[in-house]
Amino acid sequence: MQVLQRALQAVFNVLEGWLDRPFGPDWNPLYHLGALGFFYFWVVAVSGIYIYIFFDTGISEAYDSVEYMTHDQWYLAGVMRSLHRYASDGMVAMMMLHMVREFSLDRHRGSRWFTWFTGVPILWLVVICGITGYWLVWDTLAQYIAIATTEWLDWLPIFGESVARNFLAADLLDDRFFSLMVFLHIAVPLILLLVLWIHLQRVTKPEVFPARGLALGSFAMLLGLSLFWPALSQGPADLSQVPAVVGLDWFYLIAYPVVEIWGAGPAWALTFGGSLLIAMLPWLPPLRRRSVAQVDLANCNGCTRCQEDCPFAAITMTPRSDGRPFEREAVVDPELCTGCGICAGACPTSTPFRRASALVPGIDLADRPLKDLRQQIQEATAGLTGDRKVLVLGCEHGIGTGQMAIDGVAQVPLPCIGALPPSFIDYVLSRDLADGVFLAGCKGGECYSRFGLRWTAQRLAGERDPHLRARVPRERIGQLEPGARSKAKMTAAVSAFQAGLPQRSGEIEHPRIRQEETV
Amino acid sequence: MIRVFRYTGQALVYVLFAAFLGYFSSAPSYTHFPPDQALIKLSLAHGAKREGGCRRFTQAELQKMAPNMRRPMDCPRQRLPVVVELIIDGETRYSASVPPTGLSGDGRSRIYQRFSVRPGKHAIVARLRDSDRSEGFDYEKTAEIELTARQSLAIDFRQEMGGFLFRW
Ligand code: HEM
Ligand code: SF4
Ligand code: SF4
Repeated sequence: MQVLQRALQAVFNVLEGWLDRPFGPDWNPLYHLGALGFFYFWVVAVSGIYIYIFFDTGISEAYDSVEYMTHDQWYLAGVMRSLHRYASDGMVAMMMLHMVREFSLDRHRGSRWFTWFTGVPILWLVVICGITGYWLVWDTLAQYIAIATTEWLDWLPIFGESVARNFLAADLLDDRFFSLMVFLHIAVPLILLLVLWIHLQRVTKPEVFPARGLALGSFAMLLGLSLFWPALSQGPADLSQVPAVVGLDWFYLIAYPVVEIWGAGPAWALTFGGSLLIAMLPWLPPLRRRSVAQVDLANCNGCTRCQEDCPFAAITMTPRSDGRPFEREAVVDPELCTGCGICAGACPTSTPFRRASALVPGIDLADRPLKDLRQQIQEATAGLTGDRKVLVLGCEHGIGTGQMAIDGVAQVPLPCIGALPPSFIDYVLSRDLADGVFLAGCKGGECYSRFGLRWTAQRLAGERDPHLRARVPRERIGQLEPGARSKAKMTAAVSAFQAGLPQRSGEIEHPRIRQEETV
Repeated sequence: MIRVFRYTGQALVYVLFAAFLGYFSSAPSYTHFPPDQALIKLSLAHGAKREGGCRRFTQAELQKMAPNMRRPMDCPRQRLPVVVELIIDGETRYSASVPPTGLSGDGRSRIYQRFSVRPGKHAIVARLRDSDRSEGFDYEKTAEIELTARQSLAIDFRQEMGGFLFRW
């Protein structure tokens, strides 16, 4: 499984690198696939409502009403029809890429299984939306779909009567079945929306709308395509003729050739088996349970920063239970916690300037406390020599760990770059443990734990609590540029940072055991 | 200048993606049936007669039944299989004995078969047996039908309409 993930990651790495250049991280579609999925969904919804106004829901009138839209009212209803089709196809493309990418980045195991698992019904619902949609046009493609779908369904022993018999001849055809399709084509997208909402229940502040530039670009693309290459029907359905050759929409209808070639039974086996396999991926193999966050009430003042920063909705604030004069306290749900440590990086009590006995923050990873991080930093920097000592603090999920053979450089791994309280940087520099601190988050500028890079940047810039103190010389802090994706780039960046470090001239005051603002 | 390059790059990516969407939304076309052939579809759902006739319960048997369950006749629910043959131009293309559906074998027998034939005139014979006779058929329909390429002939069976129906 890991081999597969690595291979996919390598492919995404290359593609993301290419797209980074023209788009930049905020607009690079590959970093915003879920948001783009939503965006296409809304385009489909709005255009769908518009064309429904002109759509005639009777089986003998449906085709003509669609033709009217495409040809007579091409400038509006026709464009809407094309938008409806192409945005639907775009949604499938985004969804598949999104799924494969989340899998390749290993963001689906452990506590994150829920989001993955609830993605599986989304696959089904989206495809059902597409199939019922093509049915409504009642052209030769719809005829093919109707017959092939019902023949396929008939293989399952769930219908007493053969459903395919409905499409034997024109005089047997009735409106009832067609009305069912119209109903499904409206009801299933609503169910889809509900399941999408469930999909995001364990994702804090999900990105459900892409950045404006990306949204505008995508919409312009759809509009251009719709004008240049309008969606067309394929001739009216006629049950006395076999639609031998059909133009398939391969985004939605790829299953039909499979049914034809393999037969209905194996195709069902593939469909159900494949869905089951995808649904089980979070446990193939299960993630070794990482340590989860724990609250130490004696040090928690209920400031809500950890709750604000947790990317996985694992922290809730509840009324105070220990009688201390604070309103609330933080509570971690271990089932939701991924052990990213971002909460510890957010807690104002996480300061290394405290004495060893006292370095117990309000919230901390149980098996990987900040006390240990401070000790690791002390040990790693103890052996450094020279006047350009650099400490690299790198995320384990990025390229920042593993030894780099550069003189005067020490490395300490972090569960996430966001797990680093900014005061640790102050600590390292003011205590002369190193002359520079280099921070390395996930590669490609996108954080495995979602918010680590973003929160770190905001904390360093003084836009988010806890701030990095103003006295810390910013030129002594280096960061991996978002575009860096290889060990070689990383090594080069660290070397360049080291070479560019200004000589120390005692410009830093040395506060001895100074408590940061603690509880 | 860099801005211009960036937007050109983006436009290029969008155009490629648009071409991808536009193309695969209706192409390449898919041929699921040989376009130079005609199609004959045999589809029916018909319940054959029950297996064996009804018989009177004996007095002794009636005594054993709960009073509210007593009924004079014992009728088996199990249906006979439906035997169907389709002969096209003298060649038997289909011949099968299809058991009834349903858990207790009281549902209708279901057949759904497709045959491709070359275009032109065809002599078609469809036969069906739904009784316990050991030879011959209860229903038969013969017709000479001219089909063009891709034309679809549907062969259905409706007892209430006198047997086989050919529609094309
Ligand atoms: C059109 C369909 C879908 C839409 C619109 C959608 C949307 C989203 C959005 C907006 C996010 C949050 C991204 C963020 O802000 O970090 C997300 C996360 C995720 N989705 Fe989907 N999704 C769809 C289908 C799927 C499918 C089919 C799967 C897999 C079977 C899936 C698996 C995931 C996973 C694993 C995450 C990450 C959760 C995490 O970071 O812990 N999604 N999705
Ligand atoms: S470690 Fe903290 S921030 Fe990360 S998921 Fe757990 S509670 Fe949330
Ligand atoms: S950040 Fe620290 S002090 Fe604030 S609520 Fe969370 S645990 Fe308590």
